Amino acid sequence: MTAPSRTARPGAVPPVPAPPESLPGDRADRRPAGDAPAPPVLSLRGVRVTDRTGGRDVVHGVTFALAPGRTVGIVGESGSGKTLTCRAVLGILPEGFEVGGGTIEIEGTDIATLTPARWTALRGAVISAVFQDPASYLDPSVTVGAQIAEVVRVKLGLKRRAARRRAVELLDAVRLRDPELVGGQYPYELSGGMLQRVLIAAAIAAGPRVLIADEATTALDVTVQAEILDLLADLRERTGLALVVVSHDLAVVAQLCDEVLVMRHGEVVEQGPADAVLRDPRHEYTRLLVTEHERYGLEKVLTPEPSKETP
Amino acid sequence: MTSAPHPPRPVLEVTGLTVRHGPRRRRRTVLDGVSLSVAPGETLGLIGETGSGKSTLARAVLGLVPVSAGTVVVDGEDVTGHDERRWRALRRRGVVQYVFQDPLRSLDPDLTVEESLTEPLLVRGVPRTEAAARARRFLDRVHLTTALLGRLPGELSGGQRQRVAVARALVTEPRVVILDEPVSALDSANRVRVLDILGELRADGVALVFISHDLGSVAGTADRVGVLYRGELVETGTAHAVVNRPGHVYTRLLVGSAPTLRGAPADRAERDRLRALLHA
Repeated sequence: MTAPSRTARPGAVPPVPAPPESLPGDRADRRPAGDAPAPPVLSLRGVRVTDRTGGRDVVHGVTFALAPGRTVGIVGESGSGKTLTCRAVLGILPEGFEVGGGTIEIEGTDIATLTPARWTALRGAVISAVFQDPASYLDPSVTVGAQIAEVVRVKLGLKRRAARRRAVELLDAVRLRDPELVGGQYPYELSGGMLQRVLIAAAIAAGPRVLIADEATTALDVTVQAEILDLLADLRERTGLALVVVSHDLAVVAQLCDEVLVMRHGEVVEQGPADAVLRDPRHEYTRLLVTEHERYGLEKVLTPEPSKETP
Repeated sequence: MTSAPHPPRPVLEVTGLTVRHGPRRRRRTVLDGVSLSVAPGETLGLIGETGSGKSTLARAVLGLVPVSAGTVVVDGEDVTGHDERRWRALRRRGVVQYVFQDPLRSLDPDLTVEESLTEPLLVRGVPRTEAAARARRFLDRVHLTTALLGRLPGELSGGQRQRVAVARALVTEPRVVILDEPVSALDSANRVRVLDILGELRADGVALVFISHDLGSVAGTADRVGVLYRGELVETGTAHAVVNRPGHVYTRLLVGSAPTLRGAPADRAERDRLRALLHA
């Protein structure tokens, strides 16, 4: 099992390579609370997303609360409304869509009350996101180190040289081997997995408390996907980062999440602790997804213990 | 899991296949001495990541990339030295067929489903009525209704399109079908449908080479699995053996990284250890 136990204390976290300096978000108060439950950093209550042109709801009421160091997963096929839900949370709904009901609170602040300037301050510093196609979020003509340094300069107000140094530290924190070298490279020189690490480095540069990963590992090879998921788990444990993991792949969600929401046609059809939902699905759609996964899942071939003598 | 019967003569036999790309100074070895064989009715799964050489292997077997060393024998015919004219003749016989990840690459967007399915037969001189009958038979084989015969690929769902591509590959009754990531672009319901169909084809005696990055799909479909890593076939065995007793470090990492509903088979520390070993 990769999910930390619910009673795990900071001291019980498995050893991970420490970054050269503390990360911006590396504060004791951001670690998973051992005793009293921490107040949620992100909470959604009955959030609806409305397509104004069609005059209809495309997301029909999403509710969850996310505490520091915890992970919520949203599973669904394309068109289920999972990405629109994330975009609503980030305040970046596409043209023609709006939050048609419910409330979204980030660190206790109702985002409906935010001015554009406050939104700009919040994005990156409190809530951040990575998506499926990292290359499209990077400038092809600027080295990746310079692009991260720019984020650091703008978000943290560091001077140019300090920002450069910070960028290398961040590339190291996302476990890129030889961060100095990678920092000097252009996006086209890096593999998909490396680019996604660069994007994660940029996303955590200003020490956000919530990171949304929307199909962030979908385009990657299985071993690389596992590296990125392991990295997210590390960041969560080290900095108390709260994660929203969005995927069409049940197993990806199973690996990382405490709570899971299953969405279909804009509706949350099932929601609960990941273990319970995936092991004992109640809704017929979740059952179908589990059956489809297991039909050609590795579980079918994998025998955990030698059940018969091998010749 | 039982291993497939091995009749004496494989329909595809690849020996020491080596493919190098690039100008002389910066030549890269994309495939390095790969040997494998597939018997009639057998499904060989080939698993590998981006850059492992798995697609190059498919293309080399189809005569689409020049072979630097080694031999490819298809249905008893050594095709390694074939020029374009002899390849065309071989393709016309329809002995080897292929299905790509994107069905739009296997299907002509301007041809209806019926035309797509009958065209390979008509060019081989099969009478029109028989070609039409076979088109219907193979559409049924992939569980699609004849109501789709008049549709264009653009009017089909992604899953239907891929099933038409499979039917088109089968319609000439080939000995070998190469499938390169045939389910990677499909949603989970269509993935299951297409994989089920591949399983049923075994009964027809056609040999399948199923190339994928997804261990679950391959392990659930193939009789034997080969693991390609950096151009080398580092491991082969029954699906059960490769998954449960992986030998090569890469295979161990791959199995340990595959997400299952019970979490990945290896824990994070074990994966870190394997990564360090692999990159050492």
